[in-house]
Amino acid sequence: MQKLFKYVRESQIWKSVFRHGYPNTPRNRTLAVLSNVFLHLHPVKVRRSGIRLSYTWCMGGLTFFLFLILTLTGLLLMFYYRPTADRAYEDIFALREHVPIGVMREMHRWGAHLMVISVWLHMYRVFLTGSYKPPREFNWNVGVILLVLTLLLSFTGYLLPWDQLAVWAITVGTNMARATPLLGHEGPLAAALSFGGIDFIHAGDDVRFGLLAGRFVGEGALLRFYVLHCVGFPLVAATLMAVHFWRVRKDGGISGPL
Amino acid sequence: MHAILASMLSGLLPPALIAGGGGGPVDDGPVAAALKYAANWLTEPTRYSVGSILALAGVLYFRRFFSKVWVVTVFFALSTGFFVFAFQDPNFNAIITKPDNVPIIILFVTVIFFSWLSLRRAVINDERTKRGEPTLEGELAKQKVFTWPDLVYSEFICLVLFTVGLVVWSILITAPIEEPAATARTPNPSKAPWYFLGLQELLVYFDPWLAGVVLPSFIVVGLCAIPYLDTNPRGNGYYTFEERPFAISFFWVGFLLFWVSFVILGTFLRGPNWSFFGPFEYWDLHKLEPMVNVDLSTWVWVDLLGKPRPDNPFVREAPGIVFLLGYFLVLPPLIGKTVMRKMVEQMGMIRFNVFMHLFLWFVLIPIKMGLRWTVNLKYFIGMPEYFFNV
Repeated sequence: MQKLFKYVRESQIWKSVFRHGYPNTPRNRTLAVLSNVFLHLHPVKVRRSGIRLSYTWCMGGLTFFLFLILTLTGLLLMFYYRPTADRAYEDIFALREHVPIGVMREMHRWGAHLMVISVWLHMYRVFLTGSYKPPREFNWNVGVILLVLTLLLSFTGYLLPWDQLAVWAITVGTNMARATPLLGHEGPLAAALSFGGIDFIHAGDDVRFGLLAGRFVGEGALLRFYVLHCVGFPLVAATLMAVHFWRVRKDGGISGPL
Repeated sequence: MHAILASMLSGLLPPALIAGGGGGPVDDGPVAAALKYAANWLTEPTRYSVGSILALAGVLYFRRFFSKVWVVTVFFALSTGFFVFAFQDPNFNAIITKPDNVPIIILFVTVIFFSWLSLRRAVINDERTKRGEPTLEGELAKQKVFTWPDLVYSEFICLVLFTVGLVVWSILITAPIEEPAATARTPNPSKAPWYFLGLQELLVYFDPWLAGVVLPSFIVVGLCAIPYLDTNPRGNGYYTFEERPFAISFFWVGFLLFWVSFVILGTFLRGPNWSFFGPFEYWDLHKLEPMVNVDLSTWVWVDLLGKPRPDNPFVREAPGIVFLLGYFLVLPPLIGKTVMRKMVEQMGMIRFNVFMHLFLWFVLIPIKMGLRWTVNLKYFIGMPEYFFNV
């Protein structure tokens, strides 16, 4: 056995992938982190306080991990799902009836719920430890935008099963937009944008119409939410995550007493 | 395969956890009935909100006591006991076992646990600081460890355990799917996604343009502004209460009461027509709630001056307009000159004004709630002509 491991580790294939020895010396441990594109998100050394679960609650990491799980399961779900009003419900239903060991939809749904919770708790921890204080003000702001994006991702995904729960939750949620000041047709000041008896803001062109691509939650809204859910928001979120992690490093690593 | 696994595992759990039961009338013994009556009575929004503010203040004031390990253990033991007891009740069971409500339970448990943990570490750190010792984090931060293996391994273990948990949960509880979408049939109650239920709760007290647009925008703006408004340099990178009592208390009230607990309230205690239902109450579609709310203008013109309300909306709503202008424009400089003089010196005028305006919007919520409960106030300013109701 020992011999076999030694043989594998000294083979040309292994050495072409891992360009350092077994990470049991300071030099190799450093190289293990530095020469790996994924691990080099981390610094080579961290403060001991920064790796204690009782300090970090691991919520930021968990949120990122959930994002990865949701990307993977979401990708698999996309194979089975057509975002049209007469197919969407059927496809989700068929997923439950016909796919063996179908836990992908469950993992996607429960994981999405959990991601909302973990991102709240992450913010809670960062606030309680004062980790938004200088020099981390900017990164806190990136985090706030990521929090909003998480909610938007979840909100757009909520519509996709196209069942009663989905449609009415989105109806309740987007009804608010009707009342946007100035830009919603039932909002304050919308009447101020009426010139010569012509309303410029009405049910057919206000903010809610823009969100739903229609006067109610219908086919247009489904496609719009689908594209935003699968492509638009994940891309923005992934980009901002890169900024977020980069700035954690640049602003002095996982927060700790200065 | 999935179905077989689920049915095998379902034998280990109460059947309702898989299926989701239905409510109905219950026949209880006197003790159980009294307990349930007390729970229904206590969770009524007025008592619940006032009670939880008092409870929060109590926990923060007696934090030394509440941060003890046995206190939280007893709390969770009692909660579990209550949960097991409550689980027998079909009405409670029906709402708690909806598959989509499982995350709300997780939210409840984790938020309380982590609040306690942070409080405990804050109390320990404050005591250490008083004795002149470094904080828990300060002591550990002096040492540096290699990312490989210390960090990478613990990340990996977290990740594996978490994945196992998520997969087991996914096998046990099937994601629900309701009837196909029908825009002609409105379910009652119609609820927004659970994480927006705090905002939907505000709809009881405010119009959509405030509860759904302005206040959420202020929450996001306010969160973004936090690092620029908080000029207190202490408490950076470790848990503490005594070095930043105002910041921590304010965030606890905002996050725990006005966000998390309203989500829980909206999920479990709001039924048809958004009426309030106690945890052991049957969701009766015909539960009547008297609507006797009056505008401030009616109160001033009709009740106080004994006149009909003027026709011109701006004259009619003058009392409310004066009140709110005073609230937002006169109050900040007044407070800045008197009670919070020191704060203005520390923060500077701009920071103080931005903070005060965000703060006053936040405080308007409990003010309006209180006035609704005590004197049935509907609007400070009610101008349906312009969709402008505050």
